[in-house]
Amino acid sequence: MIGIVGYGAYVPKYRITIEEIARVWQKDGKAISKGLNVKEKAVGSLDEDAATIAVEAARKAVSHAGIEAKNIGALYVGSESHPYAVKPTASIVADAIGASPDLTAADLEFACKAGTAGIQMCLGLVGSEMPKWIEYGMSIGADTAQGRPGDALEFTAASGGAAYIIGKKNEEIIAEIEDTYSFTTDTPDFWRRPHAEFPRHAGRFTGEPAYFKHSIGAAKGMMERTGTKPSDFDYAVFHQPNGKFPIRVAKMLGFEKEQIEQGLTTPHIGNTYSASMMLGLASVLDKAKAGERIFAVSYGSGAGSDAFVIKATKNIEKNRPKPVFELFKEKEYIDYATYAKFRKKLKSL
Amino acid sequence: MDGALPLIWRKFGERYDLDGNKCGTCGTAYFPARAVCPKCRRKGTLVAQKMPKKGKIVTFTELFAGPAGFEHETPYFIAIIELDNKARLLSQVVDSEKEKVKVGARVEKVFRKISDIDPEGPIAYGYKFKVVG
Repeated sequence: MIGIVGYGAYVPKYRITIEEIARVWQKDGKAISKGLNVKEKAVGSLDEDAATIAVEAARKAVSHAGIEAKNIGALYVGSESHPYAVKPTASIVADAIGASPDLTAADLEFACKAGTAGIQMCLGLVGSEMPKWIEYGMSIGADTAQGRPGDALEFTAASGGAAYIIGKKNEEIIAEIEDTYSFTTDTPDFWRRPHAEFPRHAGRFTGEPAYFKHSIGAAKGMMERTGTKPSDFDYAVFHQPNGKFPIRVAKMLGFEKEQIEQGLTTPHIGNTYSASMMLGLASVLDKAKAGERIFAVSYGSGAGSDAFVIKATKNIEKNRPKPVFELFKEKEYIDYATYAKFRKKLKSL
Repeated sequence: MDGALPLIWRKFGERYDLDGNKCGTCGTAYFPARAVCPKCRRKGTLVAQKMPKKGKIVTFTELFAGPAGFEHETPYFIAIIELDNKARLLSQVVDSEKEKVKVGARVEKVFRKISDIDPEGPIAYGYKFKVVG
């Protein structure tokens, strides 16, 4: 059996409401907030970046798993806001949590799904015959997502992180990953060129041919391969670019509202990009009981989706971390000017 | 931190995870690590030890004029923190409401950017503390 032995979530303390962002650009905040199904978004402080967020999430995961960090043999950080273009975030995290030096580490980028690609890599390495020495793998999705001031993305682009530790000891696994499947095509719906400060997107093109096609492609492929159907699952989690898309994709696939509610985090903290689906899954794991099955699908622009079929084991009830929804409550509201300062949207910063 | 890079790199253990040491003879914890236990001198037996991640504020001040590289962070708090093993250190206190930063307040270590002045230079990461509860 291979599966999750621990997870950790981190969300920065600061929040800006959709209405406050809309106020600056003289748009109808109430209507936008309702349309996106997002109330506010989490904002990293001036001294936070994807590396610091990844470290905080990773430390919580290690503490939750109750393992020695030095036994982590593979560490990947998925992000589209790595602090360096060249110089890994993963080595900073490995050093900070005490996993160095006996491990392989690398940074990943696949828009919002790089963290789940890392989980798949960990599954391969942990379960592999060669190398045999990798006992645990850790994958982190962490972002301080940037939205161009005044752009539609600015209403949702948020900061947050989630870390997962993959292991193979039956007595440690809290949720078995039964299978995984991915669906990938060359679809340029969202991108950021080298040296460009903000990503660009193709507007409505990010919907049907991008998010929906890939999420559904991965979901259907996964269900076909495992011989499952939506009613076989207690929970379902999808990538959440806003609070509306995951609800719609769930409905299109035949999932009920009750199955996705626990994993919907974007309405409360915005789209945390690489952490989005991973935070939703963490929230589901907070609640899941032994034997319950979880269907999880990430989506990354560019474009692709990773699907997972997960089953909670009896170990999940032994040691629950502070629930993700409790973390959301530790917050302080900031205005647009402070947000612009924190996220260095002012030229002088 | 370009010029001082090797110097800072040597301190990663200290900055990232509060690596200090402890005298096996008298039990006193030191942060940063000391080469000699000033209490036991020759009889001291210093062993590497990670410091606890929680402590309390002994004294603090609010800075309104920060040094170079910290101008945009003002006003901010710095405090002398006594860790749970009695070792003391000076640190920035972040993410904490003004009224909660007071002598005796419980604090917890967080991992943050310490300095990021040069957009083409290396970023210095390390410890800061936040008030808990």
